[in-house]
Amino acid sequence: MTDILMPALSPTMTEGKLAKWLKKEGDEVKAGDVIAEIETDKATMEVEAVDEGVLSKIVVAEGTEGVQVNSVIAVLGGDGAAAAPAPNAEAPPSAPPPSAPPAVAPASVPAAPAAAPVAAEEKDWGPTATMTVREALREAMALEMRRDKDVLLMGEEVGQYQGAYKISQGLLDEFGPKRVLDTPITEHGFTGIAVGAAMAGLKPIVEFMTFNFSMQAIDQIINSAAKTLYMSGGQVKCPITFRGPNGAASRVAAQHSQCYASWYAHCPGLKVLAPWSAADAKGLLRAAIRDPNPVIFLENEVVYGQSFECPTSEDFVLPIGKAKVERPGSDVTIVAFSICVGYAMQAAEALAAQGISAEVINLRTIRPLDIETIAASVRKTNRLVSVEEGWPYAGIGSEIAAVLMEHCFDWLDAPMARVHGTDVPMPYAANLEKLALPTVAQVVEAAKRVTYR
Amino acid sequence: MAGTAEAGAARRKGKAEKAPSMTRDELIKAYRDMLLIRRFEEKAGQLYGMGLIGGFCHLYIGQEAVVVGMQSVLGQGDQVITSYRDHGHMLATGMEARGVMAELTGRAGGYSKGKGGSMHMFSIEKGFFGGHGIVGAQVSLGAGLAFANWYRGNDRVSLTYFGEGASNQGQVFETFNMAALLKLPVVFIIENNRYAMGTSQERNTVTGDLTKRGAPWGIPGMQVNGMDVMAVKDAAEIAVGHCRAGKGPYLLEMKTYRYRGHSMSDPAKYRTREEVQEMRQSHDPIEGARASLAELYGVDEAALRPIEDEVKAIVQEAADFSQSSPEPDPSELWTDVLTDA
Repeated sequence: MTDILMPALSPTMTEGKLAKWLKKEGDEVKAGDVIAEIETDKATMEVEAVDEGVLSKIVVAEGTEGVQVNSVIAVLGGDGAAAAPAPNAEAPPSAPPPSAPPAVAPASVPAAPAAAPVAAEEKDWGPTATMTVREALREAMALEMRRDKDVLLMGEEVGQYQGAYKISQGLLDEFGPKRVLDTPITEHGFTGIAVGAAMAGLKPIVEFMTFNFSMQAIDQIINSAAKTLYMSGGQVKCPITFRGPNGAASRVAAQHSQCYASWYAHCPGLKVLAPWSAADAKGLLRAAIRDPNPVIFLENEVVYGQSFECPTSEDFVLPIGKAKVERPGSDVTIVAFSICVGYAMQAAEALAAQGISAEVINLRTIRPLDIETIAASVRKTNRLVSVEEGWPYAGIGSEIAAVLMEHCFDWLDAPMARVHGTDVPMPYAANLEKLALPTVAQVVEAAKRVTYR
Repeated sequence: MAGTAEAGAARRKGKAEKAPSMTRDELIKAYRDMLLIRRFEEKAGQLYGMGLIGGFCHLYIGQEAVVVGMQSVLGQGDQVITSYRDHGHMLATGMEARGVMAELTGRAGGYSKGKGGSMHMFSIEKGFFGGHGIVGAQVSLGAGLAFANWYRGNDRVSLTYFGEGASNQGQVFETFNMAALLKLPVVFIIENNRYAMGTSQERNTVTGDLTKRGAPWGIPGMQVNGMDVMAVKDAAEIAVGHCRAGKGPYLLEMKTYRYRGHSMSDPAKYRTREEVQEMRQSHDPIEGARASLAELYGVDEAALRPIEDEVKAIVQEAADFSQSSPEPDPSELWTDVLTDA
């Protein structure tokens, strides 16, 4: 049995008149059928069924005025196992995916809401162990270097120093100085050399001590690595991974605290990944190294030391281009990547205590964006909050907003809200720095704003 | 100027003490390859004037001896990379004239399916890695090709060409540093045609002798008469041999000259007509090879005529193909952005 709730048909609607029922008790209802007409303060709108089943009971008779948003207006009886899950029911994480999840056609907007698709569950990789993001990254590189002799790591202090952030600790001992190559502090030059080596068939991993320094080399990343496949009519490939910490660290001020997700995601010819957990780090870095295209791999210094459960399987690898629903929910979707997934998870916990069920999506890949998973979630929750550490202007949140317009316009019950870094260069002073970064409280506040609570 | 250049001049006067650097057949081939580049570029200039080639088009006319002489010592698996003045390098590596010309006209039959244009063509099969439009970028990329050889432990060599203008770029110095540090098998070839676009060497650097550009890193340098294909070959043997022996990078400064403008839209206000005339009349690499063929091997005009006819036919066929080949299918807009393989 599924409750049909009084929908909010405009961002300001709190109540309305149930003008007319177009179905009567006992009628079969398919998703997308118009079942009732509702008058708001602005207009008369049609209400479409989100689920299928039999209209077993009409709770609010037609002609009733002042019906509160979200109150039960009718009950849909499911015909046994075929009943679709209610949109507001919180699906347990282990819920099996529907036998045929509706595919989302990226370029067309369906005319009517369909049953909310459940994001396909991740493959079960078996036993896990607790490890830090730092260990996961190191293990990913070691596994891939053992697997493929064309894979090498180069960058500043990756060898004898054991990595400025200890990501490459121990790799020099195992693989030697040719495959774990200390470079001079010349990003433009060594990046160009790495890109040329990739064009000749090697698979370099270039570590930027931080992504801030990749700006020195951005011409080689964009103009050489990202574009040569196209300019050569598909002849010259560039299998290379650029990785390193991205975004704000702590108290290092403007030149060392910046998110490059939007910069690199702008460019065709690149893939852009941003792991959060240890499993993300290991599974996605292995995928990045194996990918035949240039991949930007944005890590975060602050989470390097954080521990997560991570599959121990030798074969564990994650798909590029797939987001992960970290926490299912029904009232609002929170989309985040990298460190901000942690903020989103904490916010979801706080929201649950206030009776708001938030679904958290960990993007994992920034480009190509997993529109299908975002859209499926928004069609269920009808509300979205994006969270990123970067600046708002032309940021990843802006891109998600555009995707919402293109794919979910008819499903939105509130304008999207963006939580992001403040639109200023990063200040040094502790109090100002705090003000410049997104917080859990901001995510909670944004989620409440879009749910009108 | 270093010995090789003087030897080249002496050779043309018939005073060479050692055996000529090229046999009769080698010199005939060099003559033919230079003539093919010359005629190809002249045709490209015409097609540009007819509106069949768009955008930038940088002609190599005058500099033919550099790339033909260097190529004469390369073998299978060696790599070549250069800037945007690249048509000559493509033809010298054995890429087909028709595929290059069709790329210039932006047609499906071009080496990059019409998606790269004059400055962006490649042939992995021929060891040609572009064709790069950003001044100096190919220098670190070329060292990267050499890095792959070093990493794999083979004896292949990367020929990395750039202009004297690009030699001022910061990443060139970064690359010199790393190439010397790792002893990468790369020959840095500065094609010094005197003008970085319109800025003469004296106006963009205080370094008169560009062979010294590698000196801070101990990279040996040699100045070469880039208008003499045999002098270039002599230098190539030394430089490529040095790299193959695992001794690290080598730098060659080719003193050369381009007759045409920087690109097709060059006002030619920065040098005199007389200067260009003097180079054409007294230092032309193709005329020089022709004279050497006559003096050293008694090859006369009549013997060269079949070569000229062959070159003419190749260029005409390329021009025809570049106009008959269709434009790329609209679906090509979306291909080759990423690869699955």
